[in-house]
Amino acid sequence: MAGADGGRSRRIGPDTVAKVARLARLDLAPDEAARMAEQLSGMLEHFADVDRLDLDGVEPLAQPLPLVNVMRDDVPAPCLDRDEVLAAAPAAEDGRFRVPPVVGFTE
Amino acid sequence: MFPSVIELAGAVRAGSTTAAGALEQHLARVDAREGEIHAFNLVTADAARRDAAAIDAAVARGEDPGPLAGVPVALKDNLCTRGVPTTCSSRILEGWKPPYDATVVERLRRAGAVVVGKTNLDEFAMGSSTENSAFGPTRNPLDTSRVPGGSSGGSAAAVAAGFAAASLGSDTGGSIRQPAALCGLVGVKPTYGLVSRLGLVAFASSLDQIGPFTHTVADAALVLEVIAGHDPLDSTSLPSPVPPVRRAVDEGVAGMRIGRVSDLPEGSEPDVLARLDEAFAALERAGATIVDVAMPSMQYGLTAYYLVAPAEASSNLARYDGVRYGLRVEAGDLNATYAATRAAGFGAEVKRRIMLGTYALSAGYYDAYYGKALKVRRLIADDFAAAYASCDAILTPTSPSVAFPFGDKTSDPLAMYLCDVFTIPTNLAGHAAMSVPFRTGAHGLPVGVQVLAPALGEVAMFRVAGELERAA
Repeated sequence: MAGADGGRSRRIGPDTVAKVARLARLDLAPDEAARMAEQLSGMLEHFADVDRLDLDGVEPLAQPLPLVNVMRDDVPAPCLDRDEVLAAAPAAEDGRFRVPPVVGFTE
Repeated sequence: MFPSVIELAGAVRAGSTTAAGALEQHLARVDAREGEIHAFNLVTADAARRDAAAIDAAVARGEDPGPLAGVPVALKDNLCTRGVPTTCSSRILEGWKPPYDATVVERLRRAGAVVVGKTNLDEFAMGSSTENSAFGPTRNPLDTSRVPGGSSGGSAAAVAAGFAAASLGSDTGGSIRQPAALCGLVGVKPTYGLVSRLGLVAFASSLDQIGPFTHTVADAALVLEVIAGHDPLDSTSLPSPVPPVRRAVDEGVAGMRIGRVSDLPEGSEPDVLARLDEAFAALERAGATIVDVAMPSMQYGLTAYYLVAPAEASSNLARYDGVRYGLRVEAGDLNATYAATRAAGFGAEVKRRIMLGTYALSAGYYDAYYGKALKVRRLIADDFAAAYASCDAILTPTSPSVAFPFGDKTSDPLAMYLCDVFTIPTNLAGHAAMSVPFRTGAHGLPVGVQVLAPALGEVAMFRVAGELERAA
């Protein structure tokens, strides 16, 4: 497809898949990563159809509502029950979510 | 063949039938066919029997239980139900019990509806066939060798098989309308913001809307009026009056202008296009005028959608990290636990969309993909605005094909995505749309005609839908 992106390849290689998987906090098995590279590349090639559109000066539309900065009335109301919420967590302790070490741990 | 929502609620309120009796009739059909169909992730028969008994007790006391008195309803399993497992058909949420009810669930109950269960879906509503469920596919009750559509395939199948008189689904790119078409039902995607999303597990927040499946247009109008309306707990809920859709159903279409898209994307089955032509002819006979409208950007909707929706999904699904709910797979430090949990908990299609969305939002690619998609989204909204200057509603096919066989599109994600080519543009624009069954196509399977209307144009949409139903 000629146009602004004319020279750039839409193929995604293993390095890019690994980087994106890291950003997405997703462990991918080697065969999964290879399949992902193939499928994502195919999709991005299809999505090149929009390169034929002249989009200069078009205002992006992120969401369809005319509303901005919506806030509800500042009236106290009950919130979720803490014990009920924590009961759904994989691990909880002393009224808090329990998580694995965040810092001070190296592989 | 099955009693309508209006008939059931009317009979329960009048005391000529009981909620308990209506429920047992539906549960008997579940017993007979659910093993074959797999519409449900969970049937809540005991709770439903208690709720039905309470409705009957209220009627006996002379109270009115509401407009949906004793009507058995099914809920897509991405709608939160307090204390009742809500899985999104994903291993990552298996066993999770939400601490609150979705606003739509509260409103259904307050109107007297009886919840019979949670229905199967493509994992996190990502799919068009319900083949992506972690708990196995749902079968189309009209032909069990074929898919019911998706992602709300379980909700469609539950109504088509008479397991419930109505159900709720969610529609991000066609997930109510396409299964409605494939199962011969009415399915409504209301205007973005008309129905509260509180308690709908988020997929793509700027596109998601909840809506009903029913056998008739009048039933859909009734359920929509029950669930619609402003909710202060959803900041994207419109503070507007609910359009009076119930009385629109029988108004007819005399004097209405109906748009025919002159540059409709290609690839539909000939029977589907023939039914669309017949639908236009029927509306014309009923007094409407058909006008040609151009939608030059419609064909680019697929690209815009499959960048915008995965981008939003990659952000929304970041919350499944093994900390607050659902599955946790421990692996060394916190980051390793996140990655191991998500690898084990998400299925292939969800991973694909998270990867695509993360890529489209990542530094260096944002402008080329997500940014560009938002501009295409604007062009599509502009196309609609121009079209609605000359018409009140637009007719298209709902789905390019009738229900397809299992495995037909699972090997090629793009082939599956093309199922949504006619439904996606509405979500991008935030407008109203619905599918109405209109005769049959290949293999004698139902064809759905899609009625599109501008934001809060539900009255015009239901006038057209009512006329199509009478003509079908």
